[in-house]
Amino acid sequence: MVENALRYRDDEPVADPAVTVDAFAEQTNASAVRIEPGDDARILLPHLGRLSLVEVNFPAYTDGRGYSAARILREHGYDGELRAVGDVLLDQLSHMRRCGFDSFAPNQAIDRAAADKALATWPEVYQKTVDGRAAIWAKRHGLA
Amino acid sequence: MYQYDQYDQAMVDARVAEFRDQVNRRLAGEMTEDQFKPLRLKNGLYLQLHAYMLRVAIPYGTLNSAQMRMLGDIADKYDRGYGHFTTRQNIQYNWIKLEDAGDILADLASVEMHAIQTSGNCIRNTTADQFAGAAADELEDPRPYAELLRQWSTFHPEFDYLPRKFKVAIIGSDTDRAAMKLHDIGIQIVKNAAGEIGCRFYVGGGMGRTPMIAPVIGDFVPPLQMISYLEACLRVYNRYGRRDNKYKARIKILVHEIGADEYRRQVEEEFAHILTLGLEPPPAELERIKGYFADPGFETGLSGDIDRSDPDFALWLDQNVHAHKQPGYAIVTISLKPTGGIPGDASADQIRLMADLAKAHSFDELRVTHAQNIVLPHVKKADLYALWQKLDAAGLASANLDLISDIIACPGLDYCSLANARSIPVAQKISERFADLGRQRELGELKLKISGCINACGHHHAGHIGILGVDRKGVENYQLLLGGSEGADTSLGTITGPGFNEDGIVDAVEKATDVYLAQRTDGERFLDTYRRIGMAPFKEAIYG
Ligand code: HEM
Ligand code: SF4
Repeated sequence: MVENALRYRDDEPVADPAVTVDAFAEQTNASAVRIEPGDDARILLPHLGRLSLVEVNFPAYTDGRGYSAARILREHGYDGELRAVGDVLLDQLSHMRRCGFDSFAPNQAIDRAAADKALATWPEVYQKTVDGRAAIWAKRHGLA
Repeated sequence: MYQYDQYDQAMVDARVAEFRDQVNRRLAGEMTEDQFKPLRLKNGLYLQLHAYMLRVAIPYGTLNSAQMRMLGDIADKYDRGYGHFTTRQNIQYNWIKLEDAGDILADLASVEMHAIQTSGNCIRNTTADQFAGAAADELEDPRPYAELLRQWSTFHPEFDYLPRKFKVAIIGSDTDRAAMKLHDIGIQIVKNAAGEIGCRFYVGGGMGRTPMIAPVIGDFVPPLQMISYLEACLRVYNRYGRRDNKYKARIKILVHEIGADEYRRQVEEEFAHILTLGLEPPPAELERIKGYFADPGFETGLSGDIDRSDPDFALWLDQNVHAHKQPGYAIVTISLKPTGGIPGDASADQIRLMADLAKAHSFDELRVTHAQNIVLPHVKKADLYALWQKLDAAGLASANLDLISDIIACPGLDYCSLANARSIPVAQKISERFADLGRQRELGELKLKISGCINACGHHHAGHIGILGVDRKGVENYQLLLGGSEGADTSLGTITGPGFNEDGIVDAVEKATDVYLAQRTDGERFLDTYRRIGMAPFKEAIYG
């Protein structure tokens, strides 16, 4: 059971413990991996098929490397659980969702209702990312 | 000028509601200052030495008279009757109460303005050539690109926690009026041999404690791939920029450490991938935005003659008025640098007057310059004299553009908690020492820039004459730099030697100008003479 879990997926949570990127390279049967800020998410790209959980660690909320890691994985078709863990705060949730995170395990619990409210902050979005939301430019020009 | 549609308005309205809620939670004690700090910084609200400071974004330095009027009203209603125009073409208010912050943002939103991303380690407000759409030497108007960039960078989810703040400038002329090469990214719109328009990307410039001039990274990026190229540049930086030391966290350090070639290679690789994702707004979006920046209804067949019989007017005309692309029109720069004044400050009444003048004489448009002045971009030549008289009556007709008293100065120790020394009093003393306009004109173009500490908010590295405030055993001390420039010929200044006290630095500046007057050849500016004769004669005069 993941502590403080907030999930935006319908499937069952993955029970396997996430291994480090180094260990993942050696354990050919591991299906859950944990990325640290300094890890290159692209190392995982050849193995996306066997992954069902990627945890991205945020030791400090100010370190934004995990946003790029998440987006890169989604851009290459990863559709398993993408979980932000660590110093994950209420005011960051909406950007994280936009970068492809669909699950959160914050150090300090976030109330589900507050999270839902935070995720609804932006009525529209200016950029196309990996969350499927239509960018404002797409709506303006009938592309959405 | 660009106008919000329902989408743009919905975004700023959502921001006001969000911030109001955050302020209320803070005032109710539900949040500590530590928790609140990153949130208020995302809205340009700094806690300074004496009060909160609010920085309001003026996207690419362009605004209409209703917006300018609102800036004046805010100065009256929530500040002490002043606003301070900054080197990043924004405006700051130095005496703000936290309780008022939500109302101020709501007032701003009512005229399509905001304080989004005016601080924090995110993509800041984009700056641009203040003569955009008016300059006689313009290749392409940079404003539509700047607006496209504004929208793309607003609440960009991947780049809100970069290693450090990120500043972009964009120009469309060979003359660089925006210090483009001293930005994290500088974009120059250029034409290739085939006559096509493209974006030249300079990446990794900056000032601060390690000043660097940006190298060219993308020589010619098609305009309809500009956003994708930006995504690539930012992603490489977000992933690999240094986070272990905040003084080495700007993109300039990354580009410098891995080298421009390696950075370019990584960007190209990322760019190739990003092009497959369809992130770029369609051509119709750039066209839609361009529609807002079409020329205003210029009259044709106007006379170019100006009656120069009033000598004071003639001086102002020669110094503060530039050539316009449209015959019969001119570009007016209103100097916010009166003798003894605070560079960039304007009173609420002055701000409203400039708004009125823009409405009456400049198709409702104003610009803020990075040198902390205000531009009326489209003034009929026939109106210039009447306009000048109104400016003169309001103390806004200083005829000193680009002269030694047109000083850029940061807030310094009078307001800033990071300062080592005061900047404003030094600027005031220098402008008083050189108060005689004839003397200033004799010295010609001379850009003097002052920062109160190594962070270089006052661009001292890029001044023909730069002044840097340092702390010397607890006493304010000023170093002198010579030879910087931020135009198309960007260069970084060199420190002359040991520093001076407040009066000493004014004397040292004067001695430097004496060397120039004695040594110059025909047509040489201060900077040209320095470049020709080098530091030695100046050193000798200053310390000898
Ligand atoms: C009053 C409070 C201010 C504080 C605390 C402050 C803080 C800083 C800091 C820490 C830096 C260095 C950043 C770095 O090198 O990574 C910096 C740079 C800079 N700031 Fe400020 N600043 C203030 C006011 C201003 C104002 C009024 C302006 C004008 C809009 C301004 C414009 C700049 C510019 C142009 C730079 C240089 C950018 C570069 O390094 O490339 N700052 N500021
Ligand atoms: S240069 Fe230093 S003193 Fe001046 S505003 Fe920036 S941080 Fe403050």
